[in-house]
Amino acid sequence: MILARGLRKSFGDFEAVKGIDVDVRRGEAFGFLGPNGAGKSSTMRMIASVSPISGGTLEILGMDPAKDGPAIRARLGVCPQEDTLDNELNVRDNLYIYGRYFGIPKGEVNSRVDELLEFVSLTDKARSKVEDLSGGMKRRLTIARSLVNKPDLLLLDEPTTGLDPQARHVLWDQLFRLKQAGVTLVITTHYMDEAEQLCDRLVVMDKGLIAAEGSPRQLIEEHSTREVTELRFAITDETNPHSAVADKIEDLGRLEVLPDRILVYSSDGEEVIAKAHERGLDPIAVLVRRSTLEDVFLKLTGRTLVD
Amino acid sequence: MSLTLAAGALRQTDYWWTVFKRTWKGGVITSFVSPLFYVVAMGVLLGGFIDGDPTKLEGATSYLAFIVPGLVATHAMTIAVGETTYPVMGSIKWHRTYYSMIATPLEPRHVVAANLMFVLFRLATACGLFMLVLAPFGVFESWWGPFVAFGAQLLVGMAFAGIVFGYSTRIKSEAAFGVLFRLGVLPLTLFSGAFFPISNLGPWLEWVARLTPLWHGVNLSRMFCLDTVDSTMAVLNASVLLVTIAVGWFWSVSGLQRRLAD
Repeated sequence: MILARGLRKSFGDFEAVKGIDVDVRRGEAFGFLGPNGAGKSSTMRMIASVSPISGGTLEILGMDPAKDGPAIRARLGVCPQEDTLDNELNVRDNLYIYGRYFGIPKGEVNSRVDELLEFVSLTDKARSKVEDLSGGMKRRLTIARSLVNKPDLLLLDEPTTGLDPQARHVLWDQLFRLKQAGVTLVITTHYMDEAEQLCDRLVVMDKGLIAAEGSPRQLIEEHSTREVTELRFAITDETNPHSAVADKIEDLGRLEVLPDRILVYSSDGEEVIAKAHERGLDPIAVLVRRSTLEDVFLKLTGRTLVD
Repeated sequence: MSLTLAAGALRQTDYWWTVFKRTWKGGVITSFVSPLFYVVAMGVLLGGFIDGDPTKLEGATSYLAFIVPGLVATHAMTIAVGETTYPVMGSIKWHRTYYSMIATPLEPRHVVAANLMFVLFRLATACGLFMLVLAPFGVFESWWGPFVAFGAQLLVGMAFAGIVFGYSTRIKSEAAFGVLFRLGVLPLTLFSGAFFPISNLGPWLEWVARLTPLWHGVNLSRMFCLDTVDSTMAVLNASVLLVTIAVGWFWSVSGLQRRLAD
C-alpha cells in the first residue's frame, strides 16, 4: 500500500524527514510514533499526496504521488490533525459536500452519508451546526468524512489528541471495526496506549529518522526488559542523593534515575526488590509492572522536552 | 490522471450553492443597498449642484449619468476584493477548508476556478440587478450599451478578483489587508475616474490613473452607457482587463499551490 525508500522532506534549510524507509501492507494498522517535531505529520502529508517529496522515492497504492496525486487521493481517506470541517455547514452537509468532491453521484452520496452518520453515532446531530459539536463529535465527523469515498487506505493524524477517555475509546472501537472490514490504517500518535491498542506494526520516529520498527510486542522485547521496577525513596537531600542509592543497585539492570523515583529494567522485578532490601535500601513505595511501549519510546527518544 | 478544470470546478457546485444560500441575504445589503446610497447621495443630491455639461463630463448630460457607470464598475471591484480577501484567508488559515478540498482528487487550480466562478456569479447578480434598477432613471443613452457596460463591469471585477486572490494566498496575516484597503482600494475608488473626469487630476496624475485596471473598467463601462464609444480605446481597455485576468489566474493558482503544499 505504501512503499517509501530514503524519503525526505525539507522546508528551506530545515530537514523535517531525513530519509526513512517504510512498508505498509494491505489490511494492517501501521503506526508512526514520535514526539512533537519528529517528522510524523510531514510524512503523513507526503503520503496523503498533498505535499511533494524532497528526496527518495514514494509509492502509494502502486502509484507515484507526483504524477498520480488525484488518482491516489481518490482512494485515500484523510483525517487531519487539525479539524478542517466547515463550521458554517451542518453535520450532514459537511459529509455530503465532501462526497461530491470525489465525484460520487448525489443519490449515492446521500445514502453513504446516512450510513456514515449511523456508523459514528451522529444521526441525531445531522442538522446541527459543526461549531455546536463537542471535540469528540467533531473528530467522529472528520473520520466519517474521511470514509465517504470508501477509501482503501485511511490516514489518521493524531486522531484522538485532545479527546476525553470516553471519546477515545469510542473512536478506537470504530477504528477497530474499520480494520476488521479490511481498511488499511496509518496512524500517527504520541499516545502509547493508542499505538498498543490499534497498531499491528509501528515505527518510532525521532528527529526525522526511524529509531525502531516492529510490532508493539517486538519493540518491547528488543528495546526494553520484561519487567520494570519503580522504587521511590524518602525525599532525598544533598547528603542522601538518588544517585548514591542508585550506585548500590546499578548491577541489577538498566537504571533510570528520575527526580522522584528510580526505574530498574530487568526480567524479574521481585528479585530486584529483594536485592534492594538485602543491600539495606528501604524504599517508601515499590511497583513492579510489565514493560510498555512507553518505556521503549522514552528510551529511544529521550525524556527531554521537544518544543 | 488529473481532472479537467471544468470537471473539478463543477464538483464544488454543491459547496458554493450552500455558501450562496447562507450568504445571499447579507449580500443583498452590501451589493445593492450600499451602492444605492452612493447613487442617491453623490449622484442625485451632490449632483444637483453640478452642471450637466457634456463637454466637462465625458459626454454625460447629468452628473448622475456620469457617475453611475463608474460607480457600478467600482462596486464590482469592491465586491471582488471582499470575496477574495477574508474568505480566502479564512479557508487557508482559520477554517482550513482548502486543505480538506485538496485531500480529495481536487487540485488548487480547481479550487481557484470554482471560487472565482462564484465571484463572477456574485458580480453578475449584483451589477446586473443594479443596472436594471438604474435603467428607468434615464442614465443610459442606448438600449444595448448597458449590456456591454455590464460585461465591462464583470471584467474589471474579475481582474481584481484574480490579483487579490493571489495576494491573499501569499500573506501570512490579515493585517496586510489593511494595507490593501488603504493604499489600494480606497485611492483607486477615489481617483480612477468614477467620481470626476481624470483630466481634472492634471497631466501627470491623469496618466497614473490611466495605468490602473479600475480606470479601464470605469472608462469602458462609461463609454457604453453614455454611447460615446471610441473603439480603439474600448479594445485597449478590454485588453488590459483581459490580460490582468489572465495574470491574476496564474498568480492565484501558483500562490495557492505553494501555500497548500507546505
